[in-house]
Amino acid sequence: MAGHLFEVDNLNIEFRRSDDKVYAVNGVSFSIGEGGTLGIVGESGSGKSVTMMSCIGLIRSNGTVKAGTAKFEGHDLLKMNRKQLEHIRGLEIGVIFQDPMTSLNPLMRIGDQIMEGMIEHHYATPRDAFDRTINLLGEMGIPEPKTRFRNYPHEFSGGMRQRIMIAMALACEPKLLIADEPTTALDVTVQMQILALLKEQQEKKNMSIAMITHDFGVATNFCDKIVVLYAGQVMEVAETKEFIRRPAHPYTIGLKNSIIEVGQRDRALKPIPGMAPTLTSPPTSCSFADRCPLVTDRCRNELPVLRQVDGNHMVACHRAEEVLNHAV
Amino acid sequence: MAVATVSTQSGAKPKRSRSQFAQAWRRYRRNYLAVGGLIWVIIFLIAGIIGPWIAPYSYSHTDFLNVNSPPTWQHIMGTDNLGHDMYSEILWSIRFALEIAFGATLVSFVIGIVLGLWAGMKGGIVDQIIMRLVDFMGAFPTFFFDLLLVVKFGRGMGPILMAIGITGWAGYARLIRGLVLSMRKGDMVEAATALGASQMHIARRYLLPNVMNQMAVSLAFGIPNDLTVMAGLSIVGMGLRPPMPSFGNLVAQAGSMMLGFPWMMYFPAGIFALTLLSYLFMADGLSEALNPRGGD
Repeated sequence: MAGHLFEVDNLNIEFRRSDDKVYAVNGVSFSIGEGGTLGIVGESGSGKSVTMMSCIGLIRSNGTVKAGTAKFEGHDLLKMNRKQLEHIRGLEIGVIFQDPMTSLNPLMRIGDQIMEGMIEHHYATPRDAFDRTINLLGEMGIPEPKTRFRNYPHEFSGGMRQRIMIAMALACEPKLLIADEPTTALDVTVQMQILALLKEQQEKKNMSIAMITHDFGVATNFCDKIVVLYAGQVMEVAETKEFIRRPAHPYTIGLKNSIIEVGQRDRALKPIPGMAPTLTSPPTSCSFADRCPLVTDRCRNELPVLRQVDGNHMVACHRAEEVLNHAV
Repeated sequence: MAVATVSTQSGAKPKRSRSQFAQAWRRYRRNYLAVGGLIWVIIFLIAGIIGPWIAPYSYSHTDFLNVNSPPTWQHIMGTDNLGHDMYSEILWSIRFALEIAFGATLVSFVIGIVLGLWAGMKGGIVDQIIMRLVDFMGAFPTFFFDLLLVVKFGRGMGPILMAIGITGWAGYARLIRGLVLSMRKGDMVEAATALGASQMHIARRYLLPNVMNQMAVSLAFGIPNDLTVMAGLSIVGMGLRPPMPSFGNLVAQAGSMMLGFPWMMYFPAGIFALTLLSYLFMADGLSEALNPRGGD
């Protein structure tokens, strides 16, 4: 993989609340290579969306980036002003959101919405943008693109709207696509179609994708590298194959065991007890300790740092080796 | 990965997309009062446009031989104490009423849109300042303010229009701000921002079109309100300067003759009241028709 297209280093984000602070992201680092697909997996509130969205300047007004860099092609996005960011967003970095039902402008024809980005970014002339939109709609698997171009969002189903969102995000051929739970609001069958479509586009255009998801299955199917976030910290990073074969963090194992699979009636589901914590002070011990089946005194007193266990496999757990060697 | 083939149902013939206007019209049609109101409003508009041409007399023409005349073939709505033909007076009144009401509403509307969008988009201190201004306008006796402005700048068309316009924007600004606030943090704006749209672009292409439905309703309520204010100014003697007729003038004048020559009151007051009612019915129907939750 040639170079890193997108590199986040030691990102820290805090949110002000009325009487305290929430430490939403604590020293998160990861990178996406050109043409690579990275899955960012975590429970709700683990900071996965906040991490990616704050990189492109979409952070709620009560949040601040305290430290860290987010380099896109060598330029730090976090130091850019609004104009520069507006130029990058949509043109170099595309975004797909979770809910296609509410993300489209209900009063604009979908074709115009797709064209809009290309014209506003001076990516294409209106005439080229029109041709390209028709092509894109076709590529997205929307039948009769010329007719559908003139339809309004309410005349499409959820899956179709998500295809339109993807077409909008891909309109300017961005180098990086941030997919924020793109399949969560969709039917399972439609999920697979959308993922297949994304994969196809990614391979054709050698685009990088950062897939934010809480669905471990989606991540392992789609991505070639996975980052597991918990309480705003990286718990484990590895290639997908390694992940499936040898998960090294108790949390990752817990996630895997909580997946319901078809045809596994007899396997007992082992949900992780408890809830993901909301950190109101910077972490000083392992954040997962209270829910971890392998917890020791060391876990409660010492913050595990992200360290290499082998190859590209990184884990933040004191007992990772034991987990890997099936000693526990 | 498991690749599902992307297949789509193309068998069904795509239904011709029914525009939102057509849907709204279908809902509007069900409300008879609103349809009646719309018809009267259209008649009123046409009368306002062609009135000066079809009026049999000029508004300043006086027929000394037929003063205080009841309706006759010559003066189908009678004449007043100076022999002005009531029918012509009313046609001219409609013209002036429309000019002032539409002009004033447009002025308020533009001010309201700009300030409301600005407050809603920016939030924070800008929002605070604008909203306190709105509160001030709301609490201030605007009719009194209108009077002051008219006294200061004269009783012509322009000053009255501006006076009513710049005192009436607070409601529009408050409404737009509220609607914008509810959308500003929404998915649509976030998605547009994520794809690189500037705030200006979002305000123009996303927020404004999406508040227009509700604004149309509020406009339809605003126009009769401005008509009333204008008539009110005339009744206290600060409206259009005679001999330019206006509904307020006609009614005020007729008031003192009510016992002797009641028809002088019937025609202008009746038509004016009917117009106000029609606007309100129309506005009501619009608010129902444009409400996306109104079913089809």
